[in-house]
This record gives sequence, C-alpha cells and structure tokens, in this order.
Amino acid sequence: MSFLPFAVAAWLFLVGLYGIVTSRHLVHMIICLGVVQSSTYVLLLAVGYRSHAKAPIFADIPVGTQVVDPVVQALTLTDVVVEATVTALLLALAVQARKRFGTVDPDELGALRG
Amino acid sequence: MTRRARLAVFAVGVVGFGFVLVWGLTGLPDFGDYPGPYGIQLQKVGVEQRKATNLVSSTTFDYRGFDTMGEEFILFAAATGLAVLLRAQRGEREDEEEAEDHPADRRGQDTSDALRVVAIPAAGALIVLGLYVVAHGALTPGGGFQGGIVLAAVPILVYLAGQALFARKLSPMGVGDVLEAVGAAAFVCIGVGGLIAGVAFLYNFVPLGTQGSLLSGGTIPLLNVAVGVEVAGAVTLVFSEFLDQRLLRSGGRR
Repeated sequence: MSFLPFAVAAWLFLVGLYGIVTSRHLVHMIICLGVVQSSTYVLLLAVGYRSHAKAPIFADIPVGTQVVDPVVQALTLTDVVVEATVTALLLALAVQARKRFGTVDPDELGALRG
Repeated sequence: MTRRARLAVFAVGVVGFGFVLVWGLTGLPDFGDYPGPYGIQLQKVGVEQRKATNLVSSTTFDYRGFDTMGEEFILFAAATGLAVLLRAQRGEREDEEEAEDHPADRRGQDTSDALRVVAIPAAGALIVLGLYVVAHGALTPGGGFQGGIVLAAVPILVYLAGQALFARKLSPMGVGDVLEAVGAAAFVCIGVGGLIAGVAFLYNFVPLGTQGSLLSGGTIPLLNVAVGVEVAGAVTLVFSEFLDQRLLRSGGRR
C-alpha cells in the first residue's frame, strides 16, 4: 500500500475543500481550512519517509543510523506554526464580521454587502 | 449564487483539480523511498557538527535558522495583528459597560470545586512539563515551539479554574505581548551575537558542549528558549484577546 499516505493527503485536502464550499458558519469554515492544511502535513511527512528508518533523534540510537528525512519534518513544524497563526487571524476576522454584520453565515454575509 | 449552483461549480472544479492532483502525486518518489540529498547529508554529519541529538531541532534552529526567524516573526506579526484587529472595537463598547456588573467577577463563584482541585495541580505540572520540553529541545523530541504551547496552556487552565486573571496589571494575560516581544528580540540578538563573534548572522558561535548534555548544541538550546518565550507569549496574547471579546459580548448582552 505504498500510495496510501498520498491518498490520505489528497482525501484530506478534498474533504476540507468540500467543507469550505458547503459551510454555513465562518468558524466551521476556518476549521475546514485547518483540515485542508493538515493534508500538507501528511504529504510532507509521507514524502520524507524512508522504509525501516528511525526518527531523526540520536539520543538513543547510534550516530549514522538510517533515519527519516529531518528537513521535511522541520518544514512540517513551520507549516504547523503557519496554520496556527492563520487560524487565529481568521477567527479574529470572524469575530469582527459577527459584530459588524450580525451574522456568521457566509451566504448572508455576501447578501448583506451586495 | 444558490447553494446548488455553487455545488455544481465545485463539482466541476474538483474533478479537474483531482485529476491534476493525482497526476502530480504519481510523479513523486515511492513512499518510503525518499532520495532527498539534504536529509542524507544531515544524517551523516549533522550530529557530529552540532553535538545536538535532535536532528530536527538542529535543522530548524541552525541549518535553517534564518527561515525559523522568519517563521517566528510570522507568529509575532499574526498575534500583534490579531490584537490590533480586536482592539479597534474595544474602545467603543467599554464605556457603556463600565458601570455594569462584570461577568468576570462572578466567574470565581461559578467554578466547581472539582474543576479547581484538578486544574490547579495540573497547572503546576504543566509548567514543569513545558520548561522540560523547551530545555530539552536539542536532545529529544520537542523544543521551543512545542514547549511554548504547553506553557501557554497554563494561564488558560488557571482561568478555567476560576482564578481571577482579570486584573490586567498582575495577570499573566497582561504580560503576553511583552513576552512575545522579548522572545522575538532574543532570537535576533542571538543571531547578531554571531556577527559580534566575527562569523555569520545566526552562526552557531557558542561552544558546542558534549553530545547528550543539556547545554549541547551551542546556540540551539538558547534559540529554543527564545522561541519558547515568544510562543508562550503570543498564544497567551491571542487567548486573552479572544477572552476579552467574549467577556465584552456577554457583558453587553446579559
């Protein structure tokens, strides 16, 4: 099943996208964006995996042991931080949208402005 | 656009996108067979060069240190931006509600004793765990980002336990923005330290120590502490801003 991790990443991306499109609540929409972003973690970690390799922590394994790629793991860490900041900012915008327009339904938000 | 029309547009788009996605994924190397040269190189020389046993940490804070500085400032900018975004409205509402009974005052009595009994000891344990994760970032899984989040959970837990955190002068909520700024500045200062030592910006100029000891890795544990402070401060700031909104809202409605 060598394609399974990639399939999971693609599925997470698409299911998150579906959630965003059909969302009726801004907070729900933001969480769906989080699901979309989590597909990138799965993809990155899947790309960097090496069969039968250990985690890249040499605290209790000898130096030189075959390990999975530490670069993509570092990139995933960056990815997680970006996701957290994006979520926080979007939630703040949702709070402001609720205050200003009195609704958190994206459909009604569009109608109010149009 | 009606929901039905939107779903139709989405269906067409997603079929095209799915096709491109599958096409792109089939071009990737097989799972478990990654040929990336940098990881292999790091695996050979990383531990010897930096004496830090956590190769992800030495990648993040040393080999890619400059990127991590950018990442830290993304967090800094986002937390500051969020504070500005939510603060813009606070002035408008606060005047009307000044006289009202603040819901925060009642909160202490509403909290059940059971929650309090569990949350306060857990807060102490979390402080220790957070400091441990930050301090051992160069050795074992963890580091500044992860430990910072754990530390930021402490004020939230204390709030849940119903302790009065709302005297902004004293509470940890008030120091969030200060901690955030101090952490970000410390990261840059450590980077500039490399320049002062006569090498490149963010170069690992501190003595590397013995592999496996707490202070091994030169600047890596120092940068971990800076990031830990920054993350804890930023998350506390974000949480306290949202909490303020919540208290303002409920204060205005009830």
